[in-house]
Amino acid sequence: MPKLSDTMTEGTLLRWCKQKGDKIEIGDLLAEVETDKATMEMESFEEGILTELFVPAGAKVAIGAPIALILGKNETAIAPGTAAQGPAKTAAPAAAAPTISPLFTGRSRSAIPGRTAATSSERIKASPLARKIADARGLSLAGLTGKGTGPGGRIIAADVVHAPLTATAPAAGGTSSVPAILATPITGNPETQIPLSNMRQTIARVLLASKTQIPHFYLSIEIDAAPMVAFRKEFNTTGTKITFNDIVLLATARAAMEKPKVNAAFGNGVIFQYESVNLAVAIAVEDGLVTPVIRDAQKLSLPQISAAVKDLATRARDKKLKPEEYAGGTITVSNLGAFGIDQFCAIINPPQAAILAVGAIVKKPVVNEHDQIVVGQRLNLTLSGDHRVVDGAVAAEYLGALRQLLECPSRLLF
Amino acid sequence: MPLITYRKALNEAFAEELTRDESVFLMGEEVAEYNGAYKVTEGLWERFGSKRVVDTPISEAAFLGLGVGAAMMGLRPVVELMFWSFAYVGFDQIINNAGCVRYMSGGLINVPMVIRGPANGGTNVGATHSHTPENFLANTPGLKVVAPATPYDAKGLMISSIRDNDTVCFMENTLLYGDIGEVPEGSYTIPLGVADIKREGTDISLIAHGRAVLTALAAAEILATEHGISAEVVDLRSIRPLDEEAILNSVAKTHRALLVDESKPFCGISSQIAALIAEQAFDELDAPVTRVTALDAPAIYSMPLEKLQLPTPERVVAKALTLF
Repeated sequence: MPKLSDTMTEGTLLRWCKQKGDKIEIGDLLAEVETDKATMEMESFEEGILTELFVPAGAKVAIGAPIALILGKNETAIAPGTAAQGPAKTAAPAAAAPTISPLFTGRSRSAIPGRTAATSSERIKASPLARKIADARGLSLAGLTGKGTGPGGRIIAADVVHAPLTATAPAAGGTSSVPAILATPITGNPETQIPLSNMRQTIARVLLASKTQIPHFYLSIEIDAAPMVAFRKEFNTTGTKITFNDIVLLATARAAMEKPKVNAAFGNGVIFQYESVNLAVAIAVEDGLVTPVIRDAQKLSLPQISAAVKDLATRARDKKLKPEEYAGGTITVSNLGAFGIDQFCAIINPPQAAILAVGAIVKKPVVNEHDQIVVGQRLNLTLSGDHRVVDGAVAAEYLGALRQLLECPSRLLF
Repeated sequence: MPLITYRKALNEAFAEELTRDESVFLMGEEVAEYNGAYKVTEGLWERFGSKRVVDTPISEAAFLGLGVGAAMMGLRPVVELMFWSFAYVGFDQIINNAGCVRYMSGGLINVPMVIRGPANGGTNVGATHSHTPENFLANTPGLKVVAPATPYDAKGLMISSIRDNDTVCFMENTLLYGDIGEVPEGSYTIPLGVADIKREGTDISLIAHGRAVLTALAAAEILATEHGISAEVVDLRSIRPLDEEAILNSVAKTHRALLVDESKPFCGISSQIAALIAEQAFDELDAPVTRVTALDAPAIYSMPLEKLQLPTPERVVAKALTLF
């Protein structure tokens, strides 16, 4: 029984989609499983003959327990307990599940992303660091089997970090690890089929999981950007050029230090609240986007954060980022202002608890304190929060702190 | 800053401490009138006299025991072993007495002694004179073990060792005695248990102590110039206390660890560090922890073969390349 959600400890096998004796291809739908969160379709990561079903439909099964036996081409069923001792003394029938589980746990774990074996008996060789980064990024190592560049074909950190940036077509037979839970697109209309790159697969899987498993809520505020515009103009006369985005990034980090409840993550039984802000910045690259991290962003000055984000963006586009530079973000900023978007809602970058969507600064009529309609400079900010971690009032307080910083940006100089 | 030898750096450390603290005295075989078998104590007998620089009979067990007793009574003996290989006849004094007295007296009695001398192979003096016993000694709770690679570290660590209130086993190296380096005049200390990054790097950590640090530095240079690999060289300086944080930080930075150790591989210092990294930095590793050590045999007497027994830069480079 694979772990299909962060918090499940057992799954209910609702329905077998294949029967004993069926030939199974990689990607075939094996069963429907109800987790603590949703009903999920379980695909096979193995090919072979479905030889044994260990649990009936409707049964609750603990994670890791065997549910079925798929035999590959040259494999034969071994009577449990006799593998090392030669022929069975008696023609013992398959014993109860607890006895045979050690033989089959490797197989049954195979549907866990990041721990999957590509062929039926081969364990994926990957370094601990590569596994850690793959886990953090929600990337399946199965897709990298055979592409490891370490000694003996071991998958190393560089392979995992470059994977999303290299547009490699999934192997025939569809090893895509993106759950196909939506309707198949229509075909027949003249079309171009663009193979899913690893990056697109990752985006699809991580964001699908985020949007379906994390209870998002959204709070928007419109702030007075006139002080920011004036501040930036004056700052840039000093010779060091900064962008509006740099100001927003630093303010996001500083405000997260003031209101640390948003600088957090939902864990198993606990909420992690971080003491420092590792600011993930969404950067568009060819074929997708990446979210490298500025560590301890709250400690930086405006020129420092400006240089840091410029460096990350350049290296992201050149595919030069190191694995660790993607890991460990605690809150994300996505800015589409440069694309002319006034306001939008972003999908949370798991396992973080919040993401800030930043629009463009626009001129629009506003009512001033004398009840006159004047031309104002306005900026829309939308915070998406994980309601398991952050409540509306907490998020509102955070946005309030952010507003205070951005409407008085000289505070960022200190 | 003056350029002096490793030998002279140690000599200066003794002179500083003999001058500063009248409870300090040197003792060992031929340390006084003959100026020491390797001339490390040269001139000190003449300068400080027979009460402070004492020649002993040829019995390590006896004069190590004398040192333990003197230290228990409040003196600070610095005991020279002509070779650390000879410590084995005095192990009862070192392990059972020096190492255990503080614990067994409930903290009432300290043994502030330094046991020092060369602990190295590679000089064609045969198996019984070529031991590197830092692993035996570091295995004993209660003892401290230090192995400097450079003249600067030798002087600063020696002064710290003499001032330390526990027995410090100070591992020198006859092949390093003539090495020259910048050493400040006067007194300075290097705390025990603080490693030193001898070369910064990003791709692999070469972790070593004693002369193996120089081997690692030579290998790092080859890796940089011929293979484009940036190796970081971590000099442990002291084996116990061990600067675990420096090791783990370096591994977290480079994600690869290669341990260079002139001791034998079986139950060696490098085994201990490999276990530490596996337990505490597993998720940082992008390659297995590997080692280049002395070949696992008694010190070879044949000179051409002996040269191959200890780690060489070439062996370190070859092993490093297997990790990429």
